Amino acid sequence: MLNNAFDFEKPISELEQLIAELRRPEKQDEAKAQGIDLDARIDVLESELKRVMKQVYSSLSPWEKTLMARHKDRPYTLDYVRLILDDFLELSGDRLAGNDEAVVGGPARLDGAPVFVIGQQKARDLRERQRRNFGSAHAEGFRKALRIARLAEKFQKPLILFVDTAGAAADLHAEEMGVSDAIARNLKELAVLRTPIVVIVIGEGGSGGALAMAVGDRVLMLEHAVYSVISPEGCASILWHDSKRAGDAADALKLTAQSAKELGVVDTVIPEPLGGAHRDPVATANSIKQAVSKSLATLAKKSITTLLDERYARIRKLGAWEE
Amino acid sequence: MNRGSWFGRRARPSRTASSVPEGIATKCASCGEILFARDFERNQKVCHKCQHHHRLSARERLAMTVDEETFVEIDGHLRSTDPLQFPEYLDKRKRAEEKTGLWEAVLTGTAAIEGIPVVIGVADFGFMGGSMGSVVGERVARAMEMGAAEGMPVVMFTASGGARMHEGLLALMQMAKTSAAAARLDLARIPYIVVLTDPTTGGVFASYASLGDIALAEPGAIIGFAGRRVGNQDVGTKLPDNFQTSEFQFEHGMIDRIVPRKEMRSVLAQLLGLLIQAVPNAE
Ligand SMILES: [Zn+2]
Repeated sequence: MLNNAFDFEKPISELEQLIAELRRPEKQDEAKAQGIDLDARIDVLESELKRVMKQVYSSLSPWEKTLMARHKDRPYTLDYVRLILDDFLELSGDRLAGNDEAVVGGPARLDGAPVFVIGQQKARDLRERQRRNFGSAHAEGFRKALRIARLAEKFQKPLILFVDTAGAAADLHAEEMGVSDAIARNLKELAVLRTPIVVIVIGEGGSGGALAMAVGDRVLMLEHAVYSVISPEGCASILWHDSKRAGDAADALKLTAQSAKELGVVDTVIPEPLGGAHRDPVATANSIKQAVSKSLATLAKKSITTLLDERYARIRKLGAWEE
Repeated sequence: MNRGSWFGRRARPSRTASSVPEGIATKCASCGEILFARDFERNQKVCHKCQHHHRLSARERLAMTVDEETFVEIDGHLRSTDPLQFPEYLDKRKRAEEKTGLWEAVLTGTAAIEGIPVVIGVADFGFMGGSMGSVVGERVARAMEMGAAEGMPVVMFTASGGARMHEGLLALMQMAKTSAAAARLDLARIPYIVVLTDPTTGGVFASYASLGDIALAEPGAIIGFAGRRVGNQDVGTKLPDNFQTSEFQFEHGMIDRIVPRKEMRSVLAQLLGLLIQAVPNAE
């Protein structure tokens, strides 16, 4: 059943409610007494539901995708870490100023093989959301990420990065601690980190805060995730002085996984279960795991020199210009 | 004396320097002082009363920074496209081209500073707020690659509101591109000096502008991650008066020196002299 349905999901939740209603024992008994074949009717409704779902989710607008990417039931980094990896041992702190819980990371195993994983971590309940600053990292978080990335390099283990943030923190503390410096340094150091890096954009890829943990050899992106230089709301207020035109801005920004692939920013779009990742986190995790394993297997065959040359070339060619 | 007689109408002090008909005088963008054009130019567009450093075009900056007639533009042939077919982008760029006489928001090239050869990049805030799209990122990256290949120090004067929204994700990726190129300067042991000028914010401050071996800044420049208005401050948080200025960034350890405009050229020359390996004709 669909919890927290969006407007565009109304036809789906109505059908689902209808089916649930028919499945109630009282209804079943009632139908049996009247000699009605309820199961046949449910079958019809279910195939109709499937048809409607396919139609809705295969034609989501960029704004609808933005809503999906921000869905509060959508699996977050630690959900995938639990479903994909074993033996995860969370590490803490940037060794400079603090421990930013908007970023999580540490060593783990992928099918038995040691890896390092780092991700931006959103949260569901209010207290945890505050503790994790809604997944918006300060300088401490980006520096913690770099510190853990350096461990991956030192121990020659592949690095897996999960991206899911509305953006970096932009408050007084962020500025005081040098959040720009921290982001810039990650961009520079990840570009030359001497170990394979696979990035997965699982939800929101919000601007520089997302990019600071999204430089790697392969960038994967979930089907309904978004990745953008600015939030649609922010873009709409700048362009039209009206944040309510976020839908138009989302169209203009081309922030979907499909567009990101066309632009060469993303290598692979990972399909989500019908209705989105939150409908079936286990299936989503399996798809991510397959894609990550496949990427890592390819990268493992490359010498470090080739790996770094190709990573640089990959970053270098991004953009559109005429000579 | 009646100011109105110069201005036609009594101009009120404003944040933006208002040009006066016939280029006789201008008002200081900060204190409102009347600045006669000739004195203002001679003083490198710094207010003689309050020392406010007014914004410069890329050409003006080059003229007061590098040795006369040494600047040779590189990659001037690169042209932006409109990869997203973004609303009004082409019109805005056309207006920026007409206004600035430039093709993009940064000029890059080779030059000499007090005889020392450098690769230099100078941003122009007048061109769409100095925003970084594909061509800006590409020019900056190529300038750095040239520095690494030719063994020449790289000097970047920054002035930008951040990544250029109109090029979407591709603009964001220029942060990664310029930063990766900066990493190559490290590997080649080439000095990379950044001069932060008013304003340097957003994706530019969070990428190549923050990666200099040495970070200099002009006094009073706006320098920060998110704009003052953008920052989502907690209720009751009082921002310091100098929030997101050169002085604020200096206090927090993000800048090596705040250098007044009239000293910039000699400080750069001194610094370059100290950093470059002075082994003439060694190889
Ligand atoms: Zn003044």
